[in-house]
Amino acid sequence: MNDMASISAEIPQYDLLVVGAGPAGLAAATRAAGLGLSTALIDEQPAPGGQIYRAVGSTPVQDRNILGADYWHGLELLEPFARSGARYLSSATVWSINRLEPQADGQPAGFEVAYSVSQGGEEPQASLLHCRHIILATGAQERPFPIPGWTLPGVITAGAGQILLKTSGVVPEGRTVLAGGGPLLYLLAYQYLNAGVKLDAILETTASSQWLQALPHAWSFLRSPYLGKGLTLMRAVRKAVPIVSGVTALEALAGENGQLAEVRYTAGGQSRSMAVDQLLLHQGVVPNTNLSRAVGAEHAWNDLQDCWEPVVDAWGATSVPQLSIAGDGAGIAGAMAAEHRGRIAAVHVATALGRIDAAARDREAAPHQAALARATRGREFLEVLYRPPAQFRRPVGDTIVCRCEEATAEQVRHAARIGCQGPNQMKAFLRCGMGPCQGRFCGLTVTELIADEQQRHPRDVGYYRLRFPTKPVTLGEIATLPQTPASREAVVRFKK
Amino acid sequence: MFRRLDAPVVQAAGRTVRVIVDGVALDCREGDSVAAALFAAGVQACRDTAVSGAARGPFCMMGVCYDCLVRIDGRPNQQACMTPVRDGMTVQRQLGAREVAV
Repeated sequence: MNDMASISAEIPQYDLLVVGAGPAGLAAATRAAGLGLSTALIDEQPAPGGQIYRAVGSTPVQDRNILGADYWHGLELLEPFARSGARYLSSATVWSINRLEPQADGQPAGFEVAYSVSQGGEEPQASLLHCRHIILATGAQERPFPIPGWTLPGVITAGAGQILLKTSGVVPEGRTVLAGGGPLLYLLAYQYLNAGVKLDAILETTASSQWLQALPHAWSFLRSPYLGKGLTLMRAVRKAVPIVSGVTALEALAGENGQLAEVRYTAGGQSRSMAVDQLLLHQGVVPNTNLSRAVGAEHAWNDLQDCWEPVVDAWGATSVPQLSIAGDGAGIAGAMAAEHRGRIAAVHVATALGRIDAAARDREAAPHQAALARATRGREFLEVLYRPPAQFRRPVGDTIVCRCEEATAEQVRHAARIGCQGPNQMKAFLRCGMGPCQGRFCGLTVTELIADEQQRHPRDVGYYRLRFPTKPVTLGEIATLPQTPASREAVVRFKK
Repeated sequence: MFRRLDAPVVQAAGRTVRVIVDGVALDCREGDSVAAALFAAGVQACRDTAVSGAARGPFCMMGVCYDCLVRIDGRPNQQACMTPVRDGMTVQRQLGAREVAV
């Protein structure tokens, strides 16, 4: 019996694997399947929607005014996806992507992808699949917000607050403060108000000078789809919640139980303190680049957004052949842009795999390119206005930078001053980036702190070298992978 | 602290799921993650860090920060925010030194 052939026959083969079931991933998988590509969509969550449409098919918050029409738009992506014929793998985490050997018939080599599925109470089960093309649609995460005390229980991200609301209808009770800046902060405040949640304050870190800097971009923002909605929302929030503008310093302090008890802030040169039960932080979102980096795609520093993003062309294609990226994972542009970028990436893949010709691709893509242009109009205004001030990106002193390994800003700065060459060497100095989050909540800060101390540009400082597995897996999980004669051979020490 | 929204803004309570948190029964809703159930029950700190022993709790709720690690059904270092509640599930906060997961 040919073990090898029987094993490889068991590994599912797809034309396209899409990673992530937010707007970009759902739209890409739906379109690709519609164009006849055998498509699989893998997502970590138990239900599709990503973070923006999290639990849209199952949320207990059924009064639609609370989360708003933009959230409920997500249902329009779920239904076509469910009918598309794409295979959907939920509660599944991709942790390795390897290129396969080139095929004998000259077809380009595809990928072997390892992922683990967690199902009710069972040990996570690792599996493999093969695919000819990958679209990463891994979206965004919140930008690190390293202030003193940001690790205390009681301090969560605004995104976390929104996820609690969407998935479980769970909301803050008691003295609640939102701090930072960016559209999500105000959207969450608005949703909380709609749900009858009282907010004690919003501490805005947006400097008044940023309004002036954003002004040159105001013209295009006037024609942005965000403007009307944004104004309504801001008016409602400003009417109901005390707003402190121009906050220049922010600190969370613990009570006797080691949990959040107090927020201190400085605004207009005056320092104040508030007793609080919870603090929700937000200063924008950044692309989630762990998978795209580990697979070797080229990344560039975005000066306007102070973050890394993968280098992609207008179709979402990266520097790695047969690897595309769609949605906020390819650069922050928002949910509406994400779904059009997903469809554009899908028609490109269909052309690359010979399913449609270039003329058909261009015809298919045209309406989505136009919609993408509309959806991204005016974003520069928001980016400049809500650019996080330097002191909240480049902390000092005992402020924790790496939450996992508890490395502080001064430790990172000191290492940079005594000649640490970059983020990778910083791991050897301080272990920062080596904990379970794999740099997701410290990487940007470490890059910026080294840049600050050594007067270099972040692009020249670089980022952690990321490797697979991109999420922690146990040896037990790896051992559940299908075995081949070669893999058995590799661990047999004595042969008869 | 956190609380659950009441009807009518939320649908009539979904199926109740009972989990055991540090030996105490906790009723939550089907569809909750362990972390959401802990928040709704007023628990914000779920572990001590391995480095300094400082208290931590769920922070990002989307599987990124790994601050919500708890022991679930005997398995240590499980992400509370990524694990849906299940009837009979046992959840233990991870207080004190860690063991190696295999």
